[in-house]
Amino acid sequence: MKLSELPLHRPAVVTEVIDSGPDDRVGRRLRELGFVTDEPVKVVARGPLFGEPILIQIGFTRFALRRAEAARVLVQQGQA
Amino acid sequence: MSGLIIALVGNPNCGKTALFNQLTGSRQKVANFAGVTVERKEGSFTAPSGRTVQVLDLPGTYSLDALGPDEVITRDVCLGKVAGVALPDVIVCVADATNLRLHLRFVLEIRRLGRPMVLALNMMDAAAKRGIKIDREALEAKLGIPVIETVAVMTKGARALIEHIDTQGVEAPKATEEKDPHVEVREILSAAVVMPRFTAKIDDQLDGILLNPWLGIPILLVIMFVMFQAVFAWSGPLMDGIEGVFGWAAEAVRGYLPEGLLQSFIADALISGVGSVLVFLPQIIILFAFILVLEESGYLPRAAFLLDTLMGAAGLTGRAFIPLLSSFACAIPGVMATRSIHDIRDRLTTIMIAPLMTCSARWPVYILLVGAFVPERTVWGFASFRGLIMLALVFAGIFSAMIVSWVMKLIRRDKTDSVLMMELPSYRLPNLRNLGLGLWERAGIFMRRITGVIFAANTLIWVLATFPRAPANATLPEIDYSFAGMIGHAMEPLFRPIGFGWEICIALIPGMAAREVAVSALGTVYAIGGSEDAVANQLSGVIASQWSLATALSLLAWYVFAPQCLSTLAVIKRETNSWRFVGLTTAYLFALAYLAAFATYTVTKMITG
Repeated sequence: MKLSELPLHRPAVVTEVIDSGPDDRVGRRLRELGFVTDEPVKVVARGPLFGEPILIQIGFTRFALRRAEAARVLVQQGQA
Repeated sequence: MSGLIIALVGNPNCGKTALFNQLTGSRQKVANFAGVTVERKEGSFTAPSGRTVQVLDLPGTYSLDALGPDEVITRDVCLGKVAGVALPDVIVCVADATNLRLHLRFVLEIRRLGRPMVLALNMMDAAAKRGIKIDREALEAKLGIPVIETVAVMTKGARALIEHIDTQGVEAPKATEEKDPHVEVREILSAAVVMPRFTAKIDDQLDGILLNPWLGIPILLVIMFVMFQAVFAWSGPLMDGIEGVFGWAAEAVRGYLPEGLLQSFIADALISGVGSVLVFLPQIIILFAFILVLEESGYLPRAAFLLDTLMGAAGLTGRAFIPLLSSFACAIPGVMATRSIHDIRDRLTTIMIAPLMTCSARWPVYILLVGAFVPERTVWGFASFRGLIMLALVFAGIFSAMIVSWVMKLIRRDKTDSVLMMELPSYRLPNLRNLGLGLWERAGIFMRRITGVIFAANTLIWVLATFPRAPANATLPEIDYSFAGMIGHAMEPLFRPIGFGWEICIALIPGMAAREVAVSALGTVYAIGGSEDAVANQLSGVIASQWSLATALSLLAWYVFAPQCLSTLAVIKRETNSWRFVGLTTAYLFALAYLAAFATYTVTKMITG
């Protein structure tokens, strides 16, 4: 499932980041920030309007992503 | 022994700047790297061995993959490829001990450059408090580089770092086989780090409240309210004090020097000119203090998180919140603060609308005109009618800024989504020393940037308003005979459709340097002498009897938009490095000002007859 669809506080692991094109800077940066296979991930908060942006706990760090960014990250529910 | 150059690198929020402050104290210099608006922060200290160590604080980056100018600079400085910057002898990579999963990846990337380096394991106190155990020796062995424990706000760790670099010397790491950095980070973590919990409990609890969908925005509004209350209420006595000192100095010069050109130049152009800018320093310092506390504590990215969708609807990013907030005191620090916006399109849009936020220089003009034309009465039992009108002017600025940024988004050629990807760091108690240094640095930048422009502009305007001098048998005010007077009369036909007479046109000229100067300029035109307060008081009566309501409202509308501040335009030039962009911003703001004033004038005249 997409990270953008993951329910709040439900543990999951990253399966992959989908690139939007051949030289996708956003995809590359997401991987650099730690969105790589088998990394534990969790949605910890959502923005007050339309549930956006989404606050993600990845590794030891929290990142705010917009829905379009989070939709590129595929995850699988369950503990690593 | 010759000097040593070290460069500090690290991820954002690793406490690098605090460590830099520990190392160099107040011996710092902030400038830009040539040709780009990437901040170049340098300092120096004397090591125990007696040699001078130069420290370069490079911008915080997540990777050397060069997505933005910050990353290009960081990479190129480490490799000695930036003209005018010497190759650093040692790279000090700073990593937050509580955030090693992310930060070690960057350490590995730096290691691959093959330059002499050490790892400063920062925030060891916070790590200890959270029960995080780090086996320093195992980390050293795994990484093949020296690892030194530091606490960003304590001198002990910084001293250990200095000693190590100073006495032991640092060698380049041996080349290792290329591995997937993420795999390597996991190996290192499992070998050297024990982490009871991924996050700090206090962060989770605070985020639960501050980012709560129902409580988050109201809490943000309360914080903003307290901040603006402080900026406008607490600064009053200090501003009066500064005004008093400069008024007294100008008077002293008038008494000391014989009447004439020199006296007028020193008293009016230099002392009053500098005073008219310095008077805003208390407000700016209070605003900066609040912003620094919010920034150091980790709250500002949370505010950006809460507002991102709202601002996104207007074509902005949540990150624009901070620069736009600063612009309420003054657009200059606001434009400077747009550096934290990485997307160039978002950054330019934010710079473009920053002058629409009601800066403190507009207040004197608003107060004068509203005071003269709007009757004071209480509405809804508690609110001041004048206060409401002022509030409406502020919201007129905000509202038009939203429309402008929305239009900018529509006409963008590059329609790809801008990205947020913003780290929310751990909450931290702000440290007084860092606050002090930050305040000192920002106030310094502000002062240096504006004094130059204000000085030059005031001199020019003084010349325009003084020469040629009035004949001995002059019947009209002196300014009427000067270049400024001629320009005012020449401008009048253009401004008549929006209701401005030549007196207002003349006042607009000195008002170009700084908006509030228009008040004292109107005083000069109507030949009223005395202090600024006295001028404003009498002027209020004069314009109430001589101007129509339509003219006054038209001038207010003009002031909401007109880019009457050379310093702001100069800063926009510096930050964007583009005269075209400055021209575009100036033109659109003047066009909006003219249209708004024209509409206001026409409609008011139709209603009042």
